[in-house]
Order: sequence, then C-alpha cells, then structure tokens
Amino acid sequence: MSVELINVWYIVAAALFVLGLKQLGSPATAVRGNLLSSIGMLIAVVVTLFSQQIMEFQWIVVAAAIGAIIGAVTAQKVVMTSMPEMVALFNGSGGVASLLVGWAALYKVGNTSFTDVTILLSILIGGVTFSGSVVAWGKLAEVMTSRAIVFGAQRLVNALVLVALVACGVLFCLEPAVDSPYLYAVIGLSLVFGVMAVIPIGGADMPVVISLLNSYSGLAACAAGFAINNNILIVAGSLVGAAGIILTNIMCKAMNRSLANVLFSGFGAVKTATKVEGEVKPITADDAFLILEAASSVTFVPGYGMAVAQAQHVVRELGELLEGNGAEVTYAIHPVAGRMPGHMNVLLAEANVPYDQLVEMDDINPRIDNIDVAVVIGANDVVNPAAREDENSPIYGMPIINVDSARTVFVLKRSMASGFSGVDNPLFFGENTRMLFGDAKESISGVIAEFKG
Amino acid sequence: MEAVLLGLVLMLSIFLGFELISKVPATLHTPLMSGANAISGITIVGALVSAGAGASGVATILGGFAVVFATINVVGGYLVTNRMLSMFKKKDDTSAGGQS
Repeated sequence: MSVELINVWYIVAAALFVLGLKQLGSPATAVRGNLLSSIGMLIAVVVTLFSQQIMEFQWIVVAAAIGAIIGAVTAQKVVMTSMPEMVALFNGSGGVASLLVGWAALYKVGNTSFTDVTILLSILIGGVTFSGSVVAWGKLAEVMTSRAIVFGAQRLVNALVLVALVACGVLFCLEPAVDSPYLYAVIGLSLVFGVMAVIPIGGADMPVVISLLNSYSGLAACAAGFAINNNILIVAGSLVGAAGIILTNIMCKAMNRSLANVLFSGFGAVKTATKVEGEVKPITADDAFLILEAASSVTFVPGYGMAVAQAQHVVRELGELLEGNGAEVTYAIHPVAGRMPGHMNVLLAEANVPYDQLVEMDDINPRIDNIDVAVVIGANDVVNPAAREDENSPIYGMPIINVDSARTVFVLKRSMASGFSGVDNPLFFGENTRMLFGDAKESISGVIAEFKG
Repeated sequence: MEAVLLGLVLMLSIFLGFELISKVPATLHTPLMSGANAISGITIVGALVSAGAGASGVATILGGFAVVFATINVVGGYLVTNRMLSMFKKKDDTSAGGQS
C-alpha cells in the first residue's frame, strides 16, 4: 500500500474518532460513538499492518495477543468503584507505550534535529505519565498512603530533578545517539519526576491528577506522532490531551482551586476551620419514612461514602418507591462527588438509576428551595455550608449543593466523625437537618421496609 | 516544512478536541476518560511503524513491548467504556436493562 493511500485511511480513522467523540455528547448515542471510535482504531491498525515497514509478524501477534488478553480481562473484571484505579493504570500504560515508541524511533537513521527533540519529548512525557500514574494508582488503590507525602527539602529536590532533566535533555539533543548516557538519564529522571510530582498530592485531589495524567498520556502520544511523522497519532493524541485538560479544569473549578494550588498545595500551610458547635437532631427510620411519605419532591445527594457502603441499589429502590408515591425524585451530583469526573453517575447508572434523573449541581441549586427533602448519603464536603460562609474553612469558596436551603435535610452518617478533609460541617447542626445515624444501606433499607410494610 | 504541517494538524485537532469535548455532559465524564484511554492507545500504530522492518533487534523489542501496552489501552479502554455506557438507561427502559 502506498504512503498516500495509508494516509487517506488515517484520515478516515481520524474522522471516526471525531464522530465517536461527538456522539459521546448524549447518553442515548454514546454506545454507538464508542463503537465508531473503535472502528476507527481498527482501520488505523489494519492499514498500518498492511504498510511495508512493519515489525516482524510473529512479534506483533504475540505482543498484541498479550495486550488484548490483559486489556479484555481487566475491562470485564473491574468493579465500577475501582474505575479510577483502572483509568490511572491505563494512563500509565499509554505513557509507557509512548516512551517505548519514542525510544524505538531513535534507532531509525537520518532523523532531523526536530525529530530528535520530539523523540525526547515523547520519552520524557511518556516517562512522567507512566510513573506518575503508577503512584496515582497506588494512592487510589491504597497500596500506599493516600495522604500527601511531604518532606523538608522537597521543593529543592524537585527543582534539582527538573533542572537535571532539562540539562540531560538538551545534552542529548546536541548529540543524539541510541547509546547516549543522557538518554538513560532522561528516562530515569522523567520516571523520578513523575513520582515526585504526584506524591505531594493528597487523596482528595486525585480526580484532578487522574484527569491531568489522562491529558499527558494524550500529549505523549502526540509527541510520539511527531517523532515518527505520523498524523493519526497527532490527531488522536491531541483529542485525548484536550479531553484531559477540560476535565482537569472542571475538577479544579468544582473545588475552587487553581491547578497550581492542587499540584503544590501539599507544601502549603493548612487552614483550620472555625469549630462549629451545636446540637444534632437524630431521627429514626420511622420518622424519616413519615417525612418522605409526605414529600412531593425528594433529591438524593450521594457521595463516595454511598458507594463504599454499597447503598446505591437500595437508594434506587427507595427512589422508585417515592416515585410510586407521587414524589418527584432526582439525584443531585456534585462534580467531585466520586473519585474521578463522572464517577458517581456511573455508579448510579450501574444501580439502574435512569440518567434523566441525574442532575448537575448548577441545575439543582436554583430550585433547591422547592425541594421538600434532600437526602445526603455519604457526602460531606460537597454539601458543607462552611464553603460559603466560613472564610477560614479550607474548602471556603468551593461551590456546593445548597442542601441546607431545602425544606428538610436528611444526613445519613455512620457517626459524628468529620469528613475526608477533616472539616466540621455546620450542616449537621442546621435547623432543618435531621441526622439518620448508622450504616447507610441499613438505614435506607429500614425506610424501604416502612414503605412496604 | 513538514514540521510546520504537522504543527498545523496539531493546532487544528486541539481546537477541535476542545469544541467536541466541552459538549460531553458531566454524566459521561468517566466513560469519556476511559474512551480517551482507548484512543491514546493509537500509539499502537506508532509501535508498529517505528519498529519497522530493517530496524535493529533492540528497536523491535522496544516496539514489541510498546505494542503490548498500547493494545492493553485499546482493547481494555473500548471494552470498559462500552460496558459502562451500556449501563446508562433512560427512564422507562430501565426495567429492560439489567446489570452487566
């Protein structure tokens, strides 16, 4: 197949990626969009295989089979709560693939200096993405502490690593060779830098980090595309890069933080919120049932705690009972409710909650005054009024779902411990707040039993 | 000149990417990310090309490993995205859809 013809097919593949992403604009067409995108990928791979200069056939079959088996098994086995871990690992494997492609491209003779620079970038970004993603995975999977790891001379060490990385990069580009010691230095230092960049970031900020690494994996593919002069890599890589950047931005906005603040906040001083004191008003499942039965509009505000308690199925069941009772039921989802962008939506979709009942924070807040009951399950910071009122609060300025404006608020909570960020929540002492203590799943099941009984 | 053309492609696709992805609703952001993982597996093409025939043994080995990792992304990414997206059901047809 001629180079021109291959490139024509790459255009077709690129168009399918673009159409696929476009159809991801609505849940109704998204499955088809994903299929289109995968057809694009298939075309790109098959056409490349037909090109003259591919690697030896038996290698491809073995390598692709290994990759396909690992990929397929992981995709089938992963539970939805572990989606962030899986995406983190996939970011990492995308990064390492770009690193290897860049490295292999060095063995081609007659590279221009521009190509050498892009090869270096592909190795560098790929390496940072890989090791950063592995650390992010470790934090999410809790194989290591999810807290921010900080030590005294961290800034200095990071600066030194960065300077050394840039210096080795420049020295390598001046005299590019496959056996250049600077090549190995760049590979090693980029791996170190990825680790150093992610360890000071705390567990609560992981949604930002995964989004950012997602973007990097795209940029790495992009750089690899430059390294081997291949359009389709550049197009696909930049689409991924753009996706990651947009999601990073959304996550930062949802936490009222700048990206720089997320990336370096581990170093900063921690503010302490004004201690709030008051009396909580606990209720029982019986009381909760009576209030819910009389309600004509109920909104559930889930947090990751709901998924931990595996309460999403009983929540959906209660939602259906309330609807049967004539109430309007919605699920208000804060952008950082789960552990990655859109995570909570997937967890609820898995529990068969229809997607038209999932509403975003900006849609629910203007009409929350008219909601009879807001049921907060396993969420804390995202409904904490201190974010609006207490300037000393670490989460001050973060947009929240204003459940305190609803007529009645139920907070389902195991006990009176504070949330992930250790913030005291004035919501618990609110005039219209009722606390339903205990395991979320059992509490909801108790209310369901009342409905049925 | 070629670098300039590739740069043009880069710029246009970044703008296109921003336009497309800002229209994806928050509900689908997780599938968007796993779908992006799959698309970034496009490096499989690079892996196949860069370790092309006539390359040294080292390049072939590097390319082979790149194929493994990129294929994990492609296959795993598309399958898990499909699995997730199939869970999203509209009201009224939730009864028909089971869990995966």
